[in-house]
Amino acid sequence: MLPQVLKRNDLAAWVEALMADRTVAGPVLKETNVSDPSDEKFEWTVLEDAGDLRLDYNLTVLGPKSFLWPPRQQLVAYRLDDGPDPQPLIEHEPTVLLGVHPCDATAIATLDTAFGKDIPDPHYLARRADTAIVGLDCAAPCHESSFCLDMGSLYPDSGFDVMLTPMGEVIFVEAATDLGRALVKSAAVRPATKDDMEARQKFAEEKRSNFHYKLPYELKYLPEVLEQSYDSLVWEAIARRCFSCGSCNTTCPTCYCWDVTDDIADDLSGGVRTRRYDSCQLDTFAEVAGGENFREERSSRLRHRMFRKGKYILEQTGRVGCVGCGRCERACVAKISIKDTYVQIAGTR
Amino acid sequence: MTQIDIHKGAEAESPYVPKMARILSAEQMTETERFFRIEMEEAPLAYQPGQFVGVTVFGVGEAPISICSSPTQGDAFELTVRSVGLVTNKLKEFGEGDRLGIRGPFGNTFPYEEMKGKDVLFVAGGLGLAPTRSLIRYVLDNRGDYHKVTILVGARDPSLLLFRDELEAWTGRDDVETLVTVDRPDKAWSGNVGVITRLFAKIQLDAAATYAVIVGPPVMFKFTVLEALAEGVPENRIICSLERHMKCGVGKCGHCQIRGVYVCREGPVFTYEQVKRLREGI
Ligand SMILES: Cc1cc2nc3c(=O)[nH]c(=O)nc-3n(C[C@H](O)[C@H](O)[C@H](O)COP(=O)(O)OP(=O)(O)OC[C@H]3O[C@@H](n4cnc5c(N)ncnc54)[C@H](O)[C@@H]3O)c2cc1C
Ligand code: SF4
Ligand code: FES
Repeated sequence: MLPQVLKRNDLAAWVEALMADRTVAGPVLKETNVSDPSDEKFEWTVLEDAGDLRLDYNLTVLGPKSFLWPPRQQLVAYRLDDGPDPQPLIEHEPTVLLGVHPCDATAIATLDTAFGKDIPDPHYLARRADTAIVGLDCAAPCHESSFCLDMGSLYPDSGFDVMLTPMGEVIFVEAATDLGRALVKSAAVRPATKDDMEARQKFAEEKRSNFHYKLPYELKYLPEVLEQSYDSLVWEAIARRCFSCGSCNTTCPTCYCWDVTDDIADDLSGGVRTRRYDSCQLDTFAEVAGGENFREERSSRLRHRMFRKGKYILEQTGRVGCVGCGRCERACVAKISIKDTYVQIAGTR
Repeated sequence: MTQIDIHKGAEAESPYVPKMARILSAEQMTETERFFRIEMEEAPLAYQPGQFVGVTVFGVGEAPISICSSPTQGDAFELTVRSVGLVTNKLKEFGEGDRLGIRGPFGNTFPYEEMKGKDVLFVAGGLGLAPTRSLIRYVLDNRGDYHKVTILVGARDPSLLLFRDELEAWTGRDDVETLVTVDRPDKAWSGNVGVITRLFAKIQLDAAATYAVIVGPPVMFKFTVLEALAEGVPENRIICSLERHMKCGVGKCGHCQIRGVYVCREGPVFTYEQVKRLREGI
């Protein structure tokens, strides 16, 4: 497909066209700092009005993960009368995630692999299969806590159907999949001109010069750097500040650990088995009957998270477990930084 | 890199839906341990020694439980459940004819093929006898395939001994050596007394030809492994079964993870050599 562009003024019409067929979620303004109106806070939500979409957003506390991987998800329904007859609950509706930054697109590719590998999880995959992902490229780092360039998520190779590159008055539109090409049909795109191509080139050059590496080693060495740090006192030192609150897990775009509960209907006619986000930082996460706890120490839990993000997921799926978005650091009251930790362990044994 | 077919996976059968099973018989073995013989209502459970299932009490929840029988015992399978919490306490009320949900079987198996022709030493402490029994029964039902068989069983006191009838039957066989010990004897107890490692002094091991299958609580496991190592059993022939918090059984929920290993899929059976390398294993 030839390169195409969409005029910024035509964006809302495209979003409206998408909204006619699908649930469309994207970044919107959540609140503005009272004392500094330029300080705007954004969140991912289902769009009610195409005009609410804010493609100029920078950070969100939570990424678009919850549309694919909801904080609570019903898995199985059964009856409590004669025969339980347990049945899977698999719910999905045509959805578009519009404005997914490269880090979050990369994270979605990681989740796809985690839920899809070995024994597939249709509860996730059915939502995923029904969701189109429209990416939005970044021209400059969103925050000092991010290190997407290091983690290989700034230039994603998958996890999106369309990639948008905002360039002043026009948006460069590149469809990466058949679904992406179908979505773009309802946009008033026109073929890119020579000027557009030059602007696209300029964007790429600026992007390249705006992002800088923050780790003193390449991503491919991270698993080994972590392995060598296993017995380091670093974990104890950092974990002293940790409150085991789990905010890092809640905000992480690739965290997918879960707990399960059975909930009973008020009239006792049936029950539903539901999963919800869990956190490896909570002290009960690895506890078994008899009170034995295999990661009792805060430091061993913190180390587990850092290893899972930097080593285990990568080794198991070939995809990064940490996309370098910086959300966990920004959410952490103790300001524990995964980036700084990965820097720090390079110098320890 | 793992390649994923999202659309195919979206159509896959949910691994979280239990299948219906019926209890054929149940028996309170000790005050806290209940034994069940269970049959799937549709296709029989195709399992191997060492695997486990997820047991659903509808309206309450699910718990991972080791299969304590051997596939050589027929289509039905057996479980021994210790009541410690919500699901396992509720199971105390379950008996013949009651229906349960079963998921699985999950996990890997004891290396029963690889063990053929070798000596087998079983060391089971407390509830560890349940998973171990799946292999004991398998080995006894294929007795000719294995060389010398020794079974060491320990419990805190005589009232906590599981499978007492079978222990007696095994003790009576001349092709198996079975020794039972308790930490705290009662008046009626005439057998061995003391921690299970003391039984090692009473047996003859051809360490180089032996597979030692050791399953029990962490402290028992640790000292028994020391004993087996001291006898000269190689680290890769000391076999154990690990217990972890588990919510899914299929490598998704993250609860059972030790370092990079999902115990529910790559385990629960490991060699001591593997467990040692995991560091957070014991
Ligand atoms: C592979 C494997 C095999 C097992 N085999 C047996 C067996 O043969 N017989 C037997 O009696 N027990 C066995 N267990 C332990 C059994 O799964 C737990 O005792 C059970 O899950 C507790 O459930 P509950 O609802 O009764 O307790 P809860 O009310 O949920 O909790 C009671 C205690 O159990 C712990 N616990 C809760 N859920 C789990 C879980 N999913 N896995 C481990 N611990 C948990 C909790 O941390 C708490 O300390 C096995 C566990 C595993 C992982
Ligand atoms: S957010 Fe910070 S304080 Fe809370 S568990 Fe994570 S690292 Fe610890
Ligand atoms: S039990 Fe869920 S990952 Fe192993």
